[in-house]
Amino acid sequence: MRERQPAVNVSFDGVEYEGLLGESVLECARRNGVAIPSLCFLEGLTVWGGCRICVVEVAEGHRLRPACATQVAADMEIKIETPRLRAYRKSVLELLFAEGNHVCAVCVSNGNCELQDMAVHCGMDHVRYDYQSPAREVDASHPKYVFDPNRCILCTRCVRVCDEIEGAHVWDIRHRGQQAELITEMNKPWGESLSCTWCGKCVAVCPTGSLAYQGSAIGEMEHDPVMIKRLAVARNRGEWLDPKGVS
Amino acid sequence: MAAPIDLHEVMEREREERFRTRWRVKACSSTACLSAGAGATIKAVEDLVEREDMALEVQVIPTGCMGLCSAGPLVRMMRRGGDESDYQKVTPEAAIEIVRSHVLDEQPVPEYELDVTMPFFTSQERVVLANGGVINPDRIESYVAHGGYQALEKALTTMKPKQVIEQIRLSRIRGRGGAGYPVASKWGLLASAPGKTKYVVANGDEGDPGAYMDRTIMEDDPHRVIEGIAIAAYATGASEAYIYVRAEYPRAIERLDRAIRVARRNRLLGRKILDTNFNLSVEVRIGAGAFVCGEETALLASIEGLRGTPRLRPPYPTEKGLWGAPTMINNVETLANIAPIIDRGGEWFASLGTEKSTGTKVFALAGDITNTGLIEVPMGTSLREIVADIGGGVPNGKEFKAAQTGGPSGGCIPAKFLDTSVDYDSLRELGSIMGSGGLIVMDEDVKMPDVAKYFMEFSMDESCGKCTPCRAGTVQMHSLLQRLTEGNGSKQDLRDLEHLCSVVRDTSLCGLGQAAPNPVISTLQYFRSEYEALIHEEEVVHA
Amino acid sequence: MSDTTTRRVVEASNRQQGDHPSGDNRFELVDKHLKRARYEQDQLIETLHVAQDVFGYLSEDILIYVARALRLPPSMVYGVATFYHLFTFEPPGDHSCTVCTGTACFVKGADAIVQGVSDAYSVPTGETSADGSLTLKTARCLGSCGLAPVVVLDGSVLSHQNAESTLELVGTAVGGEG
Repeated sequence: MRERQPAVNVSFDGVEYEGLLGESVLECARRNGVAIPSLCFLEGLTVWGGCRICVVEVAEGHRLRPACATQVAADMEIKIETPRLRAYRKSVLELLFAEGNHVCAVCVSNGNCELQDMAVHCGMDHVRYDYQSPAREVDASHPKYVFDPNRCILCTRCVRVCDEIEGAHVWDIRHRGQQAELITEMNKPWGESLSCTWCGKCVAVCPTGSLAYQGSAIGEMEHDPVMIKRLAVARNRGEWLDPKGVS
Repeated sequence: MAAPIDLHEVMEREREERFRTRWRVKACSSTACLSAGAGATIKAVEDLVEREDMALEVQVIPTGCMGLCSAGPLVRMMRRGGDESDYQKVTPEAAIEIVRSHVLDEQPVPEYELDVTMPFFTSQERVVLANGGVINPDRIESYVAHGGYQALEKALTTMKPKQVIEQIRLSRIRGRGGAGYPVASKWGLLASAPGKTKYVVANGDEGDPGAYMDRTIMEDDPHRVIEGIAIAAYATGASEAYIYVRAEYPRAIERLDRAIRVARRNRLLGRKILDTNFNLSVEVRIGAGAFVCGEETALLASIEGLRGTPRLRPPYPTEKGLWGAPTMINNVETLANIAPIIDRGGEWFASLGTEKSTGTKVFALAGDITNTGLIEVPMGTSLREIVADIGGGVPNGKEFKAAQTGGPSGGCIPAKFLDTSVDYDSLRELGSIMGSGGLIVMDEDVKMPDVAKYFMEFSMDESCGKCTPCRAGTVQMHSLLQRLTEGNGSKQDLRDLEHLCSVVRDTSLCGLGQAAPNPVISTLQYFRSEYEALIHEEEVVHA
Repeated sequence: MSDTTTRRVVEASNRQQGDHPSGDNRFELVDKHLKRARYEQDQLIETLHVAQDVFGYLSEDILIYVARALRLPPSMVYGVATFYHLFTFEPPGDHSCTVCTGTACFVKGADAIVQGVSDAYSVPTGETSADGSLTLKTARCLGSCGLAPVVVLDGSVLSHQNAESTLELVGTAVGGEG
């Protein structure tokens, strides 16, 4: 079990809170009930820092820092709700919406979607940028799950959970830049994958409707990302080991 | 174990070799001259020497880049203990004529003579490129004869690691890869990092379009890079080093590989270097076509055999780099400066250039300019001197419009700033960056929005795709620029473009994304009217 | 492919059929590299370079072979290979034409050359013509900016090109085969 870390003072938007040395700004905010929007971060997995939704201002006028990957320091002054940050978050969300095919009205996760929640939270009500409308095929070859790349935001939660928690590494990203895409094995249909254990953790952590159970209808798919936190915590504490300490 | 190389004996031997023949023919065999036909030229001279039995009179020495690539193939005739004549555009026939005329008649051939009194040559100050056109890059003896590995010997036998870093600190040299971070600070960080395993990495992933300084250094003077790495490793306590070279530079890879083998055989690398207790292994790692791998954390990922996506910093590589061990990444040109600094002292180096940007900088001059090629000037030289004097100005009677520095991460500097001193801080103030040293001159015909679109397409293609603003933002900026340059843009498009520039600059994960909007920002700053002229508001409203 | 590689490939395929368990002796060259690299996983990119040198491109079989040899997940090998633009996954054409699109070449009109070749042989950039005769590629600066615009045709560097001159040379190369 972790020892309690030394406490320091931090402030979020001018209000003082207690921070613990060693935790990230995002963890600190969550622990104190302060909202910092984020997408790719998931407790229990390594920090990816790719979505850039959680960027915050640390001290005056400095370069923005991702809250998920910035350690708390004494007397840190963190700004979340500045006009600039609000505008940036909205733009980054718009970029995500424009790059895939996110049509909530026909999505299995409508109403249970982190991307959708984020758009609501950040007041993103329209997209200024050109929809890329990529032509991407849905992979429904797996008996239990469906992968719809149109709704993927490349947060890599599934890649990380499959590699770090399940140890199978079925998923990865191919190509780069705007061509970057999620793949299973050698870009083969998921159903043909030999390494997939059918554990469903990737589906549980997906923030959008990209990974879902077969047969889910619109709005039916509910994810369970918190499960990973439970697993990771249990693993850290060795909860399934012999209590006498034989490992 | 074989005895280490005796540097002084090799120097002596090489001196004798130098005076063996009355004539030495040095022929540039760098990539540019080879493309211009230097291979045939060299062969013609070698055949002539053999055919007319001149071997006792003439020796032919292929060398690295002599600088003026646009006038290649370049050949230099050197008389024992005496004068030199340089020749340009030397075809095989010309080469035969030149050699015969010198050797048999003691007469130069004015027709092909190159005027070495022109500013292109006289305004340069060669430190990094000192051996270009002088040594034969394939022979370690040739490097040693010109003072090579003296600095390493001096450091290993007479200096403590701390004293080496002190000289680097006195030199105030800043990283040549682009950002200009003080080199001594980086070395100090690695030296004080805990742990037994530490790495030094030479960054030879020169990806900026229009830049080929590092390639030239690696091809023409591979031992200088190795010597710099060895000194860096000694100063910082590293025992393993990598040179990361892009795969597009096969000659550089081959020469470095060979140089490493030869250095090891001569006990300049490997175990107990020069009979001291210092050990170092060096390995070349090859890129595979990804610009982002010039970013230091992406480069490390690539060395580890992974996708070249940047990692979050902190932790910085000097704390946690290759396989989690402290790692320092230096640019190839930075490392090429190390031996001269140790040789001649940090204060000597600091006397070159300006107060805050010391030393010299190598630039690749290209684009709409008379003399294209590789130049090295003291920091602080004005842009005008580089373009008008050294570069010989814009050809075809056209007007100078802008100079682009820093590649896709840099900006365009307009004519009114031609008198700017070229150093890290002045360029940054103008919205550009020093970058690795590509300097592309554009004449009046070049349309700036097109240039911005060109670079945005580059950044879009080279984005690794890890973070949203760079992956998707460059796509949207490119599509806005496309619309604008086609004449279909609106005022709102221009506003959206400017907003996206700030979003991508401020929220991207790595330097590539953060700098991707720079070409747009700088062309908007200096050539805004060109963008505005592209907007026909009525038509768009109608559409 | 370099001369030494060509020689080695020829030597390997001349040996008796079936020396290598896969039935393709070219895999021996990959094995040799793997052995020298002590099957270290960080040698993935180097191994892919060797494999592409030997086979000309990276087929799915080759990728799986490398993944197994280095004990890496197939998705990871595929992810790494596709990240880097120098790796190709289709057999190359008989001839290759690479147009440099670095800044200096761009300023001097490289776009027109790409367009010209692309139109004349109806081959999109980065692909091979339908008859397999020509692969058209672009490169991010070959570092020969003094010679801009630069084209590399079947390994030889052509300087100061324009669309007409390049098309003529490509025509000679492709047509020369008859």
